[in-house]
Amino acid sequence: MEKNIEPRRGFLRRMIAVVPASSLAAGAAVTQVACTSDGANTPLSSAHAGTTNAKYSPSYLNDAEWAFVVAAVDILIPKDEIGPGAVEAGVPEFIDRQLEMPWGHGKLWYMQGPFHPEVVPQLGYQHNMTPRDMYRHGVADCDAWCKTNHDGKTFAELDKKLQDEILHQLDESKIELPNIPAKLFFNQVLANAREGFLADPIYGGNKGMVGWKMIGFPGARADFMDWVDQPNKPYPFGPVSINGERG
Amino acid sequence: MTIKKDKVDVVLVGFGWTGAIMAQELTEEGLQVLALERGPMQDTPTDAKYPKVIDELAYSVRGKLYQDLSTETVTVRHKTGDLAVPYRQHGSFLLGNGVGGAGFHWNGMTFRNLPEELRLYSNTVERYGKKFMPEDMTLQDHGVTYEELEPYYSQFEYVCGTSGTAGVLNGARQAGGNPFEGSRSKAYPTPALKYVYGESLVEKAALAAGMHPYPLPASNASEPYTNPYGVRLGPCNFCGFCEHYGCYMYSKASPQTTIMPALMKKPNFELRTRAHVLKVLMDNQAKKATGVLYVDSQGREVEQPADLVILCAYQMHNVRLLLLSGIGKPYDPQSGEGVVGKNYAYQMNGGVSVLLKKGTYLNPFIGAGASGVVWDDFNGDQFDHGPHGFIGGATTKHARAGGRPIKQSAIAPGTPKWGSGWKAGMQEGYQRILNIGLSGSVMPYRDSYLDLDPTYRDAYGMPLLRMTFDWHDNEFDMLKFVGDKAELVAKELNPEKMWSSIRKKGSHYDVRPYQTTHNTGGAIMGTNPKNSVVNRFLQCWDVSNVFVQGASAFPYNMGYNPTGLVGALTYWSVHAIRTQYLKNPGPLVQA
Repeated sequence: MEKNIEPRRGFLRRMIAVVPASSLAAGAAVTQVACTSDGANTPLSSAHAGTTNAKYSPSYLNDAEWAFVVAAVDILIPKDEIGPGAVEAGVPEFIDRQLEMPWGHGKLWYMQGPFHPEVVPQLGYQHNMTPRDMYRHGVADCDAWCKTNHDGKTFAELDKKLQDEILHQLDESKIELPNIPAKLFFNQVLANAREGFLADPIYGGNKGMVGWKMIGFPGARADFMDWVDQPNKPYPFGPVSINGERG
Repeated sequence: MTIKKDKVDVVLVGFGWTGAIMAQELTEEGLQVLALERGPMQDTPTDAKYPKVIDELAYSVRGKLYQDLSTETVTVRHKTGDLAVPYRQHGSFLLGNGVGGAGFHWNGMTFRNLPEELRLYSNTVERYGKKFMPEDMTLQDHGVTYEELEPYYSQFEYVCGTSGTAGVLNGARQAGGNPFEGSRSKAYPTPALKYVYGESLVEKAALAAGMHPYPLPASNASEPYTNPYGVRLGPCNFCGFCEHYGCYMYSKASPQTTIMPALMKKPNFELRTRAHVLKVLMDNQAKKATGVLYVDSQGREVEQPADLVILCAYQMHNVRLLLLSGIGKPYDPQSGEGVVGKNYAYQMNGGVSVLLKKGTYLNPFIGAGASGVVWDDFNGDQFDHGPHGFIGGATTKHARAGGRPIKQSAIAPGTPKWGSGWKAGMQEGYQRILNIGLSGSVMPYRDSYLDLDPTYRDAYGMPLLRMTFDWHDNEFDMLKFVGDKAELVAKELNPEKMWSSIRKKGSHYDVRPYQTTHNTGGAIMGTNPKNSVVNRFLQCWDVSNVFVQGASAFPYNMGYNPTGLVGALTYWSVHAIRTQYLKNPGPLVQA
């Protein structure tokens, strides 16, 4: 009888940690818990980062798209002397999971026609593409462009210097893609990379809260009653996540 | 087939701040009050629960508490004759949804207006002459004075537990408050919030530059507080998750934290959620409203008869409902005739940012929704506009709502957009960048208005509201002037770097970056039916049993956040309904 108390408590604690995540992002909680200790990587990104992580299988992104996303976010937020980058933080997983959310399906936007993408940019987003469409068209177009211009290689197969150059060209609309404006596609990937690096780990990115540690954000602590009148002093506590993980 | 419900005394369309106030006050009269809210139920223990509410991606980035634009939005264009296109994604302004409306997730900035602002047209003509006003500017007075509204400003502040420092109390100047404010009959119900580090720095710099800084009036209670309805608020703990979130601390005033606990118990009050009102129903002569037509949660059409119909929806939705219901004459920009949709205005914001010296720890994550230091030296008519040739002004402030990493981290100009340079810039900027913001007034113009879109429709098949709006030179000149003054304060901070973001003349209104949700006008108040939709008690000139609450009544947009004035006007309007209208239903002002 006595012996059973501790394991049961441990079990309950684990369940409590898992519940909020599963209610917010169905099916994601287990993956999250499993990935926190060993960082996140992917078989396809092993060239860019040390370890591999076979635990996450992309749900929306196909192999080519996954390879592109891993390579692109590794350039956008690299691992360097400041700390881990987007790949270590699980940003590709974050993006794949976001594309399965209502947002990825364009359900949060007014998507009734007629569409007038030709109006001045100040009137906002006027394309008929959902985020899922943007990734599908964007990666295919970009890989095709790379193959034509760089010896039959896809974006992910190119060296980092060239990848960086191509991202700049997309950002500056110097490459024309047939199915999506290059800048629109680039901006979406960049915005999602940042989100995945800086959002709560429940969404699959910011593993180990590396994005928050980079800037010194304490996460879901959300109570500074004791520090509001401690001017100009470094805050002494590391971040916590919604699930109670500590960094 | 339309379902017909039993008649109620009062039907409220929308249940945010103005709906909650109306319901609380009118049930006091023993009336049967029904509130229809198109969004879902929202309450603090369920929808603001810690820790799940501390989620920047869900709330600030994906907009969990905002209107579902896939169902309904507005269309926007810069000028008459242009093609208006849908506002497909939230950007420039964030429309609210659900019980509590934007009042569930606002920041709590609760200003009173300067006395001259409520009669800005008269004040301008008296001080500078009629010629001072540009020809296409359609400025007019509110038709109510600060002195008349003063008790109702107090009433709203005491319901909210607003924290602040009085500047002028019963005519006497008070240390530490805003010396330019109108005289108040009561001090704030709770003392001002503590300044976070950045605010202390800016206060010192503003004083050195000759400004008159004071603590931002915050409906974030600074100590435990029980309001006149007997509802209790807890002290704000500076969690840094306020303006896109419900308040798990029960500190931020919202309908949920200040009114609903008292209201929901009343047997003569009913709240129906997921009830989307399509239009106000009118009698055969179109002189009197008979109730409203709505679509319920099952998609059925329901007719709800009522003696009194009060529109308490967001500014744009109030205007759209009037247009869809055929109440009042729609505004015609060519002839200048008609009133519904007239004088739509926005605010023009800008700011000056500084990078403080290495080793500074602003700890930006320590913040409260309405935590800030503000000065009014160049707001309203507190300075001589004569030599500058523009009307209006701006509040200038440093406010620290929090330091959420995706949306609230700042980087210095010239920092790379990605790569190691971006990481370094983020790291450097997070602790050391501070912004002094300007919230500027926007005058009404003949060519800034709202009407129904001819092409785009909502999920119920009704035309969307169309916004025609762009900036005018008066506002560019105003912002440039106040921006230069803000730079004087920024220089006092001895920054390593300093940069300003002030719109340049000739640039166009841009719906993409967030600016402010302070949209005003379209159902404006005034002194006669030729120039306004509602009278000084917010009663429709044309249909005396319809009242329209909210910022849709503002004849122009001021430099202050609107909720203080919205709250005061609601209490002023409901006082008139209680003491005059109910005794003798009919027009409260003779046309």
